[in-house]
Amino acid sequence: MASVCFYFQVHQPFRLRRYSVFDRSSEYFDHERNREICRKVAEKCYLPTNTIIEELIKRHAGRFRVAYSLSGLVIEQFQLYAPQVLRSFQRLAATGAVEFLAETYHHSLSFLYSREEFAAQIELHQQLIRDLFGQTPRVFRNTELIYSNDIARAAHALGFNVVMCEGADQLLGYRSPTYLYTPPGGSKVKLLLKNYRLSDDIAFRFGNRQWSEWPLTADKFARWVNNVSGSGHVVNLFMDYETFGEHQWEETGIFEFLRHLPEHVLSLPANDFKTPSECAAAYGTSGTYDVPHMISWADSDRDLSAWLGNAMQSNALHQLYQLEAAVKSSGDPDLLNDWRKLQGSDHFYYMCTKHLADGEVHQYFNPYDSPYDSFINYMNVLDHLRSRLPAH
Amino acid sequence: MRVFMLGWEFPPFISGGLGTACFGLTRGLDQLGTEVTFVLPRAVDESLSSHVELVTPGSESSARPGTSFVMPASFAHIRFRTVEATLRPYVSPGVDDDEDDGDATGKAAKRKGDAKLKPRQPVRVISAGGQSGPGGHYEGDLFAEVQRYAGLACDVAAEEDFDLVHAHDWMTYLAGVAVADQTGKPLVVHVHSTEFDRSGVHVNQRVYDIERAGMHRADRVIAVSHLTRSIVLQHYGVDPRKVEVVYNAIDDNGRDEGRALPPIAHDEKIVLFLGRITMQKGPEYFLAAAKRVLEVMENVRFIMAGSGDMIRRMIQLAHEMGIGHKVLFTGFLRGDDVRRVYRMADLYVMPSVSEPFGIAPLEALANDVPVLISKQSGVSEILRHALKVDFWDVDEMANKIVAVLRHPPLQATLRDHGSIEVRGLSWVDSARNCLRVYEAALAERRD
Repeated sequence: MASVCFYFQVHQPFRLRRYSVFDRSSEYFDHERNREICRKVAEKCYLPTNTIIEELIKRHAGRFRVAYSLSGLVIEQFQLYAPQVLRSFQRLAATGAVEFLAETYHHSLSFLYSREEFAAQIELHQQLIRDLFGQTPRVFRNTELIYSNDIARAAHALGFNVVMCEGADQLLGYRSPTYLYTPPGGSKVKLLLKNYRLSDDIAFRFGNRQWSEWPLTADKFARWVNNVSGSGHVVNLFMDYETFGEHQWEETGIFEFLRHLPEHVLSLPANDFKTPSECAAAYGTSGTYDVPHMISWADSDRDLSAWLGNAMQSNALHQLYQLEAAVKSSGDPDLLNDWRKLQGSDHFYYMCTKHLADGEVHQYFNPYDSPYDSFINYMNVLDHLRSRLPAH
Repeated sequence: MRVFMLGWEFPPFISGGLGTACFGLTRGLDQLGTEVTFVLPRAVDESLSSHVELVTPGSESSARPGTSFVMPASFAHIRFRTVEATLRPYVSPGVDDDEDDGDATGKAAKRKGDAKLKPRQPVRVISAGGQSGPGGHYEGDLFAEVQRYAGLACDVAAEEDFDLVHAHDWMTYLAGVAVADQTGKPLVVHVHSTEFDRSGVHVNQRVYDIERAGMHRADRVIAVSHLTRSIVLQHYGVDPRKVEVVYNAIDDNGRDEGRALPPIAHDEKIVLFLGRITMQKGPEYFLAAAKRVLEVMENVRFIMAGSGDMIRRMIQLAHEMGIGHKVLFTGFLRGDDVRRVYRMADLYVMPSVSEPFGIAPLEALANDVPVLISKQSGVSEILRHALKVDFWDVDEMANKIVAVLRHPPLQATLRDHGSIEVRGLSWVDSARNCLRVYEAALAERRD
């Protein structure tokens, strides 16, 4: 018996426009570029993939099930630039075979800097999902799968009993991400761990002709899933939704793979598809997953270094959250909105100076030539935002 | 591998990057065990009767009496031969010439030699907008000197045994061609700069012709950057298959010394321009950016260190802009003064209009000073941990200067990563790449 648990992350940041120290405008975001990228990805990925998922759910009469996490920021962009994408997600929600997860509305690193803001953003996000899709998220995933024991505790305090995280080798040891775990200390939280090998086979390696397993067919992948039977309960395939059609182009055959995967997985009667909530309801836990330090699903380091790896990044974040009290007490909704959009983790990702191998991944829709340019631009915006605060 | 190398400058007889590059490259070749005979023009001391002198490395005793040219002891496989010449191709005479005085002992000696040999006849090469000409003078009857150097180099070549000729920049190309013709050995010409970099659109036809002839005659052309390579292809019509890029590097000598020194305490932020104050280096863009910076920051001083034919105009320009009190002109700095100014600087700016490579930013980084460089430079192709800007984009230049001065973490990240990056560069790697070019040239001859 193996349950395949698909979770797709859907997110686009509000990229900043070029903002020089000589700028005086309160318009910080590059709407033209954000619209262009949002529409491009909608055409290449969101719309065609949603269509396939909807077909699959219908064809398999609800036996094919998936989960999504849509950041509040990407939903705002759909509302502004591509409302048809939002409508197609609403159709998916109506099938009853799709679960929507909770996250911080602004795709932020707020957990690290302000628990109050962290809780506020989750609340905002839950409300948005409830309004749009008619369901209240019960499973929490933090930005970029950033996770630690503390995050499990904080999520539990906010009412979540299931949390998603990375299944990191150095923490699992000989154990497998195909079981459910619990944080240490008698926590009631159930953890679903990303099966990074099988997830990355699809997300990163699918179109790589140098890969020994290329070409990856739905039939072959289903056999790998079957191997889990008897040695685990779940195959957690967590990935960016942009994998389909954007990271892996249509020419790689990624859509055909997706179209045929369910029938191959379901050809073994013991297999099924479950959403994260269903996995947690169906299976017990197999010991503790102790994560004292922050992990994430980013880069090869699987830690925070993509957002907090250098002095510029920590300085920018520190200065941003220093403004929290003043922004909130100003009573200015535009100011609060801008400040929150500046919390998007992507802004700090662009400032990353790590080695070239990971640096290449950081190029994806990166509007800057260098991490230094990104920092300079961001700090100019932040300086201007600070100038809008009411004088004390 | 034995290389007959034709150079123009060499420490301490040096006016710019060419000498630094030749020094580094020969050191790298030396460490790889390559035998090099380096032929160098130098001013003739009046006490010196011979036109050609031979100095054996590591033994001062073999130097002729009267020479002040002391060989670095670390060269094991390099022999230096100097021939009399009086040329200073990249240093301008005229109104600002005095600024150059004493820049190096060799140069002073050279000037003395000039005066003795013949009256100076500045050849005006370019004339931008009919003004007194940025960077537009070549000193002396340069073309006759270039010819004479070629003849003397042939004399030296006749006494030497080597596999290949390697000539650095246009002043030595005629010599390179002559020696290659005389010996039948393959010729490699090394383009450290072109007439287009030095003179913009006002190209001196005779210099261009010499450059073009050298590049076309050569078996292989080495360009110091892709920027330079594209100029070689576009403006000189050279077969792209024979043009290779070999980047310059930086010598690690003296770096530890620089590191050991604590920063010099000062109240103001300091932004540094260090280089020749000529059209090519974009000094007016530096001043325009300074003015913009001063609109949003007060406590900043801009230092322009260097000399050149535009220095008076720059002093005048700073005054006209109303920022004269914020800009300090130091004149030409050398040795310890250079290190001292680096220790004071918060940021080094190289706003060059056209910079084939640009070793100076590497020196700044080696001295723990972050750099802002023009995108129109070869060095910007290899530096990742540097701020980059189009030389004409004065507002963006100012934007970046302000950011470095205002945000210490930006300065620290640039400095820390930059100094690691610059430590990864090595003249031995450049020399290894040169050797690869030599091998290709020789292999083609064998086919």
